[in-house]
Amino acid sequence: MTAPFTHEHEFETQDLMINMGPQHPSTHGVFRMVLQIDGEVVRDVIPYIGYMHRGGEKLAETMDFRQGIGWMDRTEYLAQHNAELSYVMAVEALAELEVPERAQWIRMILCELNRLSSHFMFTGAFGTDAGVFGTAFVYSFREREVILDLFEEISGDRLMYAYFRPGGLAWDVPANFERRVAEVLKSTKQGIKDMDGLLTENEIFRARTVDVGTISAADAIDWGCTGPVLRASGVPLDLRRTEPYLYYDQVDFDVVTGTNGDVYDRFVVRVEEMRQSVRIIEQCMERLRPGPFLPDRLPRMLRTPPGEIYLRTEAPRGEYGIYMVSRGGNRPYRLKIRSSCFANLQALRDMTIGSYVADAVVILGSLDIVLCEVDR
Amino acid sequence: MRGLLKSMGVTLSVFARKPVTRQYPETHRPLPERDRAFPLLLWDENLDEPFCTGCHACERACPVECMTVLMKDNPAHRSQGGTSTRRKIIDKFWIDYGRCMRCNICVEVCNFDAIGMNNTWQGHEQSVYDRADLIQDLPQLLAEHKAGDVKPWIAP
Ligand code: SF4
Ligand code: SF4
Repeated sequence: MTAPFTHEHEFETQDLMINMGPQHPSTHGVFRMVLQIDGEVVRDVIPYIGYMHRGGEKLAETMDFRQGIGWMDRTEYLAQHNAELSYVMAVEALAELEVPERAQWIRMILCELNRLSSHFMFTGAFGTDAGVFGTAFVYSFREREVILDLFEEISGDRLMYAYFRPGGLAWDVPANFERRVAEVLKSTKQGIKDMDGLLTENEIFRARTVDVGTISAADAIDWGCTGPVLRASGVPLDLRRTEPYLYYDQVDFDVVTGTNGDVYDRFVVRVEEMRQSVRIIEQCMERLRPGPFLPDRLPRMLRTPPGEIYLRTEAPRGEYGIYMVSRGGNRPYRLKIRSSCFANLQALRDMTIGSYVADAVVILGSLDIVLCEVDR
Repeated sequence: MRGLLKSMGVTLSVFARKPVTRQYPETHRPLPERDRAFPLLLWDENLDEPFCTGCHACERACPVECMTVLMKDNPAHRSQGGTSTRRKIIDKFWIDYGRCMRCNICVEVCNFDAIGMNNTWQGHEQSVYDRADLIQDLPQLLAEHKAGDVKPWIAP
């Protein structure tokens, strides 16, 4: 811990250390930070993580490739399809599996829908952090629920889908899939409009967020930030564009960037990204054709040849990477998850120092962390 | 000020929409066919015995090892003078619902379509006062399908 910071005053003052979390409604999970404050101004932040550590990487090494998928859901519980995708794509690359076209398109649709549901969660929770208590939260949850209902109809579960498989999908989507996606998109578009109208121009919201928690592009890159946090600083890095996977090279979408790198930009980037996701899904739906959802020849127990791979995809919170070492056999020898939230959280100290105590919550909220992913 | 009014406009416009909430314990949302609650065993009505042969495939494939399977010779098999075609049958079966992560793998690996995921609200509402009560034994696992209360969806 750093030595108490003293200030030039007529009388001597001492900085106050206050503890925030782990049980705090605004820490988005179990996260603790110790704030060193001088009056209202934050002088230093010491974050403590690890409360949610479940040894996930090691645990996944004891599970075969199908069992591990269920585990991936639990590391990233707001973007489960994206997390599963990284994992199954790593296995596919190691085992050199061909994935049928239909499975790829469905994966893309589900991942983008998952991005929507995750960003809805963000806008709601962030609105609450910024003082729009309740309204934004319940509105965004209403929209998120529509998407989760669709996921439940497809995979059977509201949160822990375990729906992707190495080689394709566990089973085909229901017959009314196209109609249901159209319905969901309709309500989602309305939802995006609502969130936009509710917050983007709201003066109170802007007063709380503009020029708060600013981070420059160079700093964001140095800290290893990815996803909307990096793009809000003006760096157009989107893995869907820079190293396309699935069929992202065949669809049209814009990489959304901000200019200031402040909390407000991070919010606006995400709202705009939601519109882009809707665009991607609409294009995917046009390209979706009937066909198989698993390769013709798939062994009962998948084994991979020895090798190693690092595979990354663009999850809603940034780069979600899987480093997998195989020594042959039906389970990874070593699995490492590159967590986007963990890297983004590193920048918290830089962003928070010098701001007000009340803004610390807003800055943390703007990073959109999932503590299960940070600690794994 | 304009932005504030716009926000108020959004809030007001919601008054005109239909409510989406339900009074949960009284009204239940209809569940989709594929809904996955907890696994349960299926009952073969034609032969009046469980489908399960106790082959241990699901037990081995379960990621959290929450199942215990014991098999026995089927007393109703043809060679014993009965009518059943199952030489082996399930003797004892436990699933610890407190550990199960509802991943559907047991359903996928079963060669006899003997296990399925409960897709009713009874399957979800499993609160008990003691964790040990979440360990379900064979009669409990079979009861619901035997009574015809559930029709699990098994992926083709
Ligand atoms: S449920 Fe199926 S897989 Fe499990 S022991 Fe019975 S027959 Fe075998
Ligand atoms: S659903 Fe998964 S965790 Fe539950 S008993 Fe079946 S295999 Fe085990």
